Amino acid sequence: MMKEILSGNEAIARGAYEAGCLVASAYPGTPSTEILENAIKYPEIDCSWAPNEKVALEVAIGASFGGGRALCTMKHVGVNVAADPLFTLSYTGVRGGLVLVAADDPEMHSSQNEQDSRNYARFAKVPMLEPADSRECKEFTRLAFELSEQYDTPVMLRSSTRISHGKSIVELGERVTDLPTPALAKNPAKLVMLPGNARVRHPLVEQNLVDLAAAAATLPFNRVELRDTSIGIITAGICYQYVREVLPTASTLKLGLVHPLPQELIREFAAKVDTLYVIEELDPFIEDQVKAMGIATSGKNSTSLCGELTPGRLRTAFNLPQSATAAPEKLPGRPPNMCPGCPHRGVFYALNQLKAYVTGDIGCYTLGFMPPLSAMDTCVCMGASIGMATGVTKVVSAEEKKKVVAVIGDSTFLHTGINGLMDMVYNNSPATVIILDNSITAMTGRQDNPATGYTLSDSPTTALNIPLLCSALGVKHVRVVNPLNLLETRKAIAEEMERPEPSVIITNKPCVLIKRDEVFTKGPVYRVDTEECVGCRACLKIGCPAIEWRPAPGGGKKGKAFIDPLLCTGCDVCRQLCGFNAIGSEK
Amino acid sequence: MSDQITNVLLVGVGGQGILLASEILSEAAMLAGYDVKKSEIHGMSQRGGSVVSHVRYGAEVFSPIVPEGEGDILFGFELMETVRSLPLLRPGATVIANDLQISPPSVLMGNETYPEGLALRIGEQFTDFLLVDGQKLATNAGNVRAANTVLLGAISKRLTIDETYWLAALNKMVPSKALEINVCAFQMGRAL
Repeated sequence: MMKEILSGNEAIARGAYEAGCLVASAYPGTPSTEILENAIKYPEIDCSWAPNEKVALEVAIGASFGGGRALCTMKHVGVNVAADPLFTLSYTGVRGGLVLVAADDPEMHSSQNEQDSRNYARFAKVPMLEPADSRECKEFTRLAFELSEQYDTPVMLRSSTRISHGKSIVELGERVTDLPTPALAKNPAKLVMLPGNARVRHPLVEQNLVDLAAAAATLPFNRVELRDTSIGIITAGICYQYVREVLPTASTLKLGLVHPLPQELIREFAAKVDTLYVIEELDPFIEDQVKAMGIATSGKNSTSLCGELTPGRLRTAFNLPQSATAAPEKLPGRPPNMCPGCPHRGVFYALNQLKAYVTGDIGCYTLGFMPPLSAMDTCVCMGASIGMATGVTKVVSAEEKKKVVAVIGDSTFLHTGINGLMDMVYNNSPATVIILDNSITAMTGRQDNPATGYTLSDSPTTALNIPLLCSALGVKHVRVVNPLNLLETRKAIAEEMERPEPSVIITNKPCVLIKRDEVFTKGPVYRVDTEECVGCRACLKIGCPAIEWRPAPGGGKKGKAFIDPLLCTGCDVCRQLCGFNAIGSEK
Repeated sequence: MSDQITNVLLVGVGGQGILLASEILSEAAMLAGYDVKKSEIHGMSQRGGSVVSHVRYGAEVFSPIVPEGEGDILFGFELMETVRSLPLLRPGATVIANDLQISPPSVLMGNETYPEGLALRIGEQFTDFLLVDGQKLATNAGNVRAANTVLLGAISKRLTIDETYWLAALNKMVPSKALEINVCAFQMGRAL
């Protein structure tokens, strides 16, 4: 059999392919993004980026109702956006199997919170599988499609950063070919969720979960491994690997299905071991339910509700000796930074200079929070910047209202920012909105969106016109600026901040990392003329990674700036900051 | 079981090509017949932040991340990041570091200085320490971008994976037009 090393995300894509999946829809979000980027490699699956997770799930629901198997993937917080259709989808059930992947991010490596998606499975009354490595990612995805059809329900698959971005060996299988051909089939009593129909469906949903919980005792994805029975551990997902690593002799009940829990199996296992523990990341989701069954257990009293588990943290929880380690050294930190030539830099420099109160949003530009730009005051969730700007202006003084500016990227604006702008116009908010249009969804690794003119398969498509959309929403003052021109940018922002009605400024320079076409051409590299440089540090105020301060020999505060020619993109922003004509392009 | 597992850490700065290097190592280990797991963080770390990639291979690997204090080999692409990850190593571990300094934002802005004498401090704590001028050797091999491959070559001599599997992995993972230079860089690293 063919073996490959796959990431969890690659394996989920492979599992969907082998399961005969026909449609996959998603909005990019770390750590889930690569699932669709790999699923697109299988021409049998129609893969697309949706503007947000709600639309992505609705596309998948439609495909399922049409009779095809459908996959929908998102990061944990994306489920918040998709929750509306999800909670009623459990009532309608499916036609073709439907699998929703939620990729959690314990430790918040790249997220604004670390919500535990398992709670959604219980809340929405949807079964949930949790794989522990790439092999299970593939197998469980395939199984999830089968369970979905067998129990007439969507099935969630929960991944996490260490699963999605971890790699392990997977044996590849063949794609199933005996699935029915999709065709329209009307069934309004099941698919039209008016109260009369929904009241009939709800008891079926509850019964489904009872039936699945009973069957789960014998289904192959829940597995009892008896070793030394003095310690028994119930665990699932990545935590199973840490348990096997740190407590290799302990008996384990490895759950593949984390909702509904197989109660019979848990009772049997508990009866066979002397001391029972539950080891899980984040919430005591399994532990609370085991305790509610009247079984004595513990786990969260010694593992944290916050962050991810590691082998070392698990050792600490069980009072096991830690391996000897070198003491950590105090070193300068290395936080992420906007790239050299990033078109966002000049906008945040201007906002800093104008002392704006900036309601921020989710994307690379959230890094505008970092010093020396230090020009972001709030960041809550996708699309929140605009609504929050409106809200702030409702309570502060007339003079302070002028300081309020919302900053949002093109993809985030199209995701859930449009409604905020609609509200702003409707209710005449005086705040200013800056749409940082860099023609890509950059932070997640450069995915296309409805305004870029390309689809996930890299095919040209109609590009949404953001200025026209803003005008259509009723914004009377829409202007486009070149963010690499500092004076133009600052003047535009200052003028619109003064204006006591809704206004939108759109920046028009693409992300420097876009590789397609000639959208970005690297300009001539800049250098510092050390004769002219007086060491005023003005060019350091934009935090460009290509500009370095070099102290004068002998130390002290004197020194000069230096531009790394390998990193410089020739964006020209630093030259505009230099009051001594010391920065110029290489001839 | 755990003492049969080889724990490798590859560390450096986002954009240095650490993920490709760890992919090549994982592929070579799989071809050699081992169970392999690998883990690292994407996302924010792509924007010039610290990157730590874990590769573990052996008869049967459970955790995809190297347990704290059990790293056998640290493969550092940048000096300060090498030092930052030393606490992940077991006593007596091997350290191979590229003699390269990349300044973080606070140093670029002149608010902090890049620590001095890092290589000396590594050598004091770990006797099996090799400092490699990856950039220079790669330039000799024909392309400064092949610095990672020089380091891979150096590390390959210390791992129980036969050279044929390394070459097969390079063949599979490196684009064909860059293959010749990379094989040359790999052999230079092996000769160190």
